[in-house]
Amino acid sequence: MRRGRAVEGVRAYGLIAGMWIRSTMAYRTSFALTTVGNFAMTALDFVAILLMFSRVDALGGWSLPEVAFLYGLSGVSFGLADLAVGSMERLGRRVRDGTLDTLLVRPVPVLAQVAADRFALRRLGRVTQGLLVLGYALVVVDVDWTAAKLLLMPVMLLGGAGIFCAVFLAAAAFQFVAQDASEVANAFTYGGTTLLQYPPAVFALDLVRGVTFVVPLAFVNWLPAGYVLGRPYPLDLPGWVAFTTPLVAAACCGLAGLAWRAGLRSYRSTGS
Amino acid sequence: MTESTRKQRPRTTRTTGPEPVTGAGAAAFIELEGVEKVFDVRKKTGFLKRERRQVRAVDGLSFTVSRGEVVGYIGPNGAGKSTTIKMLTGILTPSGGRLRVAGIDPSRERTRLAHRMGVVFGQRTTLWWDLPLIDSYRLMHRMYRIPDARYRENLDRCVELLQLQDLLDVPVRQLSLGQRMRGDIAAALLHDPEVVYLDEPTIGLDVVSKTKVRGFLRDLNAERGTTVLLTTHDLQDIEQLCSRVMVIDHGRLMYDGPLEGLHEAGESERTLVVDLERELPPIEAPEPARVVRVEGPRQWLAFPASASAAGLVADVAARYPLVDLSVREPDIESVIAKMYEERAGA
Repeated sequence: MRRGRAVEGVRAYGLIAGMWIRSTMAYRTSFALTTVGNFAMTALDFVAILLMFSRVDALGGWSLPEVAFLYGLSGVSFGLADLAVGSMERLGRRVRDGTLDTLLVRPVPVLAQVAADRFALRRLGRVTQGLLVLGYALVVVDVDWTAAKLLLMPVMLLGGAGIFCAVFLAAAAFQFVAQDASEVANAFTYGGTTLLQYPPAVFALDLVRGVTFVVPLAFVNWLPAGYVLGRPYPLDLPGWVAFTTPLVAAACCGLAGLAWRAGLRSYRSTGS
Repeated sequence: MTESTRKQRPRTTRTTGPEPVTGAGAAAFIELEGVEKVFDVRKKTGFLKRERRQVRAVDGLSFTVSRGEVVGYIGPNGAGKSTTIKMLTGILTPSGGRLRVAGIDPSRERTRLAHRMGVVFGQRTTLWWDLPLIDSYRLMHRMYRIPDARYRENLDRCVELLQLQDLLDVPVRQLSLGQRMRGDIAAALLHDPEVVYLDEPTIGLDVVSKTKVRGFLRDLNAERGTTVLLTTHDLQDIEQLCSRVMVIDHGRLMYDGPLEGLHEAGESERTLVVDLERELPPIEAPEPARVVRVEGPRQWLAFPASASAAGLVADVAARYPLVDLSVREPDIESVIAKMYEERAGA
């Protein structure tokens, strides 16, 4: 039964995302421009980092290739999550104007419909930019590659995307209660990815603790990338923690899923 | 596409016992027993202070609708109409009472019920704005796993009866309001729902579109035996479609019966509007008609909805210089308002 619903959800997601892609293609020029824009906007982030390195040799002891490595990992993980479920931040608007109701009368899971809402391929611009920076970092960074480190790369990217997906999902669930909370959500999603572009060493310990134990964004790249690069983490954590990204992602998605269910239940009992 | 070979409905564990017998003499299709919906409304009374108040949107509603009935569900804004529809479709969970549609508890088995019902929200289109109309139908085809042959048959039928032939390849954003509404109705019916809920299906439509929509719904009910529940502000919708009217206000059922009974209960009146050649003192009309308004050469005469207009028109025409005239049907609001006055007075 549960698996059946999951399969139904993925299928519905595909159907709806497909419709959105076709809708976008009704305006091809606009699509091309926004994709390039998405790429350029995110690229500016990295230009800012390059500018910083034109003045200093290291940030918190991390060299440019190492920071680029962090940046690429964060960018790709976030980009994938943003591509897959980024539109969920619009849920508040749907709750406010009542169009969420039109999704609730369909025979497919609401979560799939909300996640696929306004699916935008232009977000590939961000993923592409992240991959380019990551590619550059991998060429120039000085790492003694081992099997474990190689294996960690895809695990880290997908697990990181999973953590960001959970943040998007939790933020959407919160909007059932507070419909105008999308800005708060943005602080954790877009704000989170910007934070992760810099080495943990440049931030205050309390912030690092929060990002490790409360909203575990540190597991997206700081901890696993620190292992790959052989960099010590500001907090005293055992070495194996670097490998726990997929577990943390699963736990976060589970918790966010519960929050989503609670949010939807509250919506269906209050209708607003 | 291999959709057609798959099962039509997703597997579900049955928790509500056997389904009711279908066909003539079947048990009630929609059943409400003391259904309640209470909302907590928080009102800002100061910078941080909030007042909590409970609002009973639906207050102990009980009624049954049999398979194949066409029911008009009317009442003033905020009376609890939409809340009832939202509970019937499973969007909202009732706070109390018992509610069943086709033997299913909508709030618990929303997706299972979704295969068996169609919903049209008059004000909110579910069609895909930037895509040709046909694309929205193709999505329904796959989302509801409608068998290919059935889909084609239903689509052809809707296209013919709702006259959508020339619209299928037009992006929805280019359709007129009436065309879009017809498109929306078709979209809600492709999966052969046993019951259709229509929320203001004729609002904002021109006369021609209204006629098409009503005719289509009538045929649908006659040929397929589809149960129809519609909310409307247009009394003509009810006159031409519904064998039964339910009036709701303050979350309670005020009237349940045929339309004629509603006119009696509300002592509703029609209005004869006459344009005279020049300004004249109020017309001395035969009882029970009376002048209710005068504006220059135009005068308004109210007379009982049950009476014929012909006698009154002949009388006025014989005695006054008549230029033009029209008869206005009572609107639902005024019928209901009259009904309340009656009750308050009794």
